Amino acid sequence: MELIKPDVNIDFISKRRYAAVISVVLILVGLAALVVRGGPNYGVDFAGGTVVQVRFNQATDAVQIKELLVPEVLASAVVQRFGDEDNEFLIRAEETDGGLQGMRTALMQKLEQEYGDGSIELRRVEMVGPQVGKDLRKKGLMAIVYAMVGILIYISWRFELRFAVGAIVALLHDVTLTFGAFSLFDKEIGLPIIAAFLAIIGYSLNDTIIVYDRIRENRGRYHDKSFAELINRSINDTLSRTILTSSTTLLVVLSLFIFGGGVIHDFAFALLIGVIVGTYSSIYIASPVLLMWDKFQTKKTQKA
Amino acid sequence: MTNSIKLRGLLVLACVLLALASLAPTLMKDRLPTWWQNAFDPIHLGLDLQGGMHLVLGVEVGKAVEGRLDSVIEETEVLLNDEDIIFKSVERFDGERLKVTVYDTEAGEEVDAVMREQFPSLEPMTIEESSGYVEKNYRFSDKEIAQIEDFAVRQALETMRNRVDQFGVSEPVIQRQSDNRILIQLPGIKDPQRAINLLGKTAQLQFKMVVEDADIEAAKTGNLEPGTTLLYERDVDPRTGQVTERPIVVTERSSLTGDLLSDAQVRIDTRFNEPYVAIDFNAAGAKRFDQITAANVGQRMAIVLDDTVYSAPTIRERISGGSAQISGAFTEQEATDLAIVLRAGSLPAPVNILENRTVGPSLGHDSIEQGVNSVIIGAVLVILMILVYYRGAGVVANTALVLNIIFIMALLGMFKATLTLPGIAGIVLTVGMAIDANVLIFERIREELRNGKSARIAIDSGYAKAFVTIVDANITTLIAAVVLFQFGTGPVKGFAVTLSVGILASMFTAIFVSRLIFDFFLDVRNVRKISI
Repeated sequence: MELIKPDVNIDFISKRRYAAVISVVLILVGLAALVVRGGPNYGVDFAGGTVVQVRFNQATDAVQIKELLVPEVLASAVVQRFGDEDNEFLIRAEETDGGLQGMRTALMQKLEQEYGDGSIELRRVEMVGPQVGKDLRKKGLMAIVYAMVGILIYISWRFELRFAVGAIVALLHDVTLTFGAFSLFDKEIGLPIIAAFLAIIGYSLNDTIIVYDRIRENRGRYHDKSFAELINRSINDTLSRTILTSSTTLLVVLSLFIFGGGVIHDFAFALLIGVIVGTYSSIYIASPVLLMWDKFQTKKTQKA
Repeated sequence: MTNSIKLRGLLVLACVLLALASLAPTLMKDRLPTWWQNAFDPIHLGLDLQGGMHLVLGVEVGKAVEGRLDSVIEETEVLLNDEDIIFKSVERFDGERLKVTVYDTEAGEEVDAVMREQFPSLEPMTIEESSGYVEKNYRFSDKEIAQIEDFAVRQALETMRNRVDQFGVSEPVIQRQSDNRILIQLPGIKDPQRAINLLGKTAQLQFKMVVEDADIEAAKTGNLEPGTTLLYERDVDPRTGQVTERPIVVTERSSLTGDLLSDAQVRIDTRFNEPYVAIDFNAAGAKRFDQITAANVGQRMAIVLDDTVYSAPTIRERISGGSAQISGAFTEQEATDLAIVLRAGSLPAPVNILENRTVGPSLGHDSIEQGVNSVIIGAVLVILMILVYYRGAGVVANTALVLNIIFIMALLGMFKATLTLPGIAGIVLTVGMAIDANVLIFERIREELRNGKSARIAIDSGYAKAFVTIVDANITTLIAAVVLFQFGTGPVKGFAVTLSVGILASMFTAIFVSRLIFDFFLDVRNVRKISI
């Protein structure tokens, strides 16, 4: 079977300005969402606080749980349904229970009073103190920075600096867009999301490098073509591979998103956005940046 | 069959057999002979999958420094009295400073001399003269403070280890981290709240004399005689379980402390059928206890644990056997836990919980099920898609993919890595990405075939051309995974591990194994046309 005919020649490069507009608009939408929401929505990993996941043996609703707990047990709380059914909830509070007397115990007692003894199962508790949260936030940021620097060095070594610049611009584009999508859908950013960001970085690069590799190879083959044509030819040469690999990766990530369960739902969401954006960026961002850099350099040398 | 194919075939076969052998304990558990189970560990599940508790405790090292300073103060008072130096007071002030107040400069110099000789680790600070007094200030040198803090954390670590041992958890993790933190992981723990109570207790046992003639009401408003302190006695009504607290004034200085204990056991008081904790002192403690009880017959002695008075019995007679009991209307579990913490020793400084992640076993179980389902569904979809797209060659790629998953699991077991939920996600992602290598190769082969090359040549140059690309693309992902491993904790680390192991395994299967299959058909079966 062939999805893409071998002689295909779509002119991607000429549409790079439209693509740039789309990217800028999407990034702005994400940033606007970020501003409207008053900054990133950090999970307890980064903001500090407590999340308690409870499962009831009967259906109930978030409002009722919140009324029971606030302000008697907790000063403030956000109660959210977890998963698809009406009996499992996440209770998030800012308090961190540094001492011994468990907030957990108080919370369970209050809920059991209302719903009956043994009708509630405590599925998960995550408490992160503010100091640890701050440390983790710093570590997460550093991880992303170090990964990018490492990759920049590797690509500059294997290709040329301008390729590395294109790849890094594409990476920043992907991470910013995914970050924006998180703000837009009001999803929490926790430790696993940083892992997902790094996976996106890895994936997006994977895609970019394959196109770059082809550009490098084709440069030796077609001497008569302009650099823009060369890039376009290379994207087309690898198009069938790009589509096939993106589809298989998308398939597995979708399977993770749908069947993986509530705990890694947001993680899978980040990967989903990242795979789509990463594929798009290696065609429409990484390669055009390469071209821009090339034109910019030519101008500079002409002036000199 | 050529030698090269034979050799490569044997290598792959050996790898597959080894992988299957190492996976068997995970899949079949107890149905295998014991030598087999001993040879290969099953895959170790993270706390998020098997349930359990992850705690990070912060040791309040400042308190340890203060405690050390307090004992220096006591010694200083004794020394100054011995040397006949007249002083107004010796006290701790501003947290970590020691202040000796004397009446004239001459006495001040004498104090300096004594301190220099006895406590070389103390640094003299400014000398202040105010309203006719001379104040001498001292503080520990930075090196000394660092040493005290380091010792406090090490001792806390040791105590935690003892407590966890007594608690009986299989495969606990107790590690020192930076910034005076201690990491404790207790897999599969049933009662997390009890574990927190047990681990978090400072367990400083002190025996203090009760000051009977103290004015309780005045004490409550903060008016205390020097050298006394206000504590609360805990009392539990055996019928209702109601806890009441009664104020009680005791001496500030302890007559005896818990570090002179040799043993603590739970016993049942047959008269009331109530549990109590029987304690035995070591030789030094027994001697001291004997002296105190002899000197204070008829008076009450408070048994204080972490600043709560558990009981304050009257000393009826001199006790020389070196044993005592702590009763205080305990439940049996409370008594057991108290005995555990007393046996395990006290913490040199209080700890607080900085991070607590507890996953119940049922959630862990659900996560495994959902994770495994998503791997299977994802893999089946990818396999079908590749089969439709590449037909014959698709079978080759799919064989490589299945082997890849087997190798990843086997390597996790052999490296004793921990499989977490994000780790499973890493496997899912690898499945999607591993196929990329074969896609790259196959697209190249198709190109070569279109250019009219024979199957043999098309395959050779397809692999050769795609190889560089595959290595470049995979190494960048590997860089991201390694960075993640360095910075990540717990579950995230698991993701980094499966991702990196997956990349390495996929390079082996997608390049080496698939090539072997092609070569086998071309050279041994003399196939001339390939289905791709």
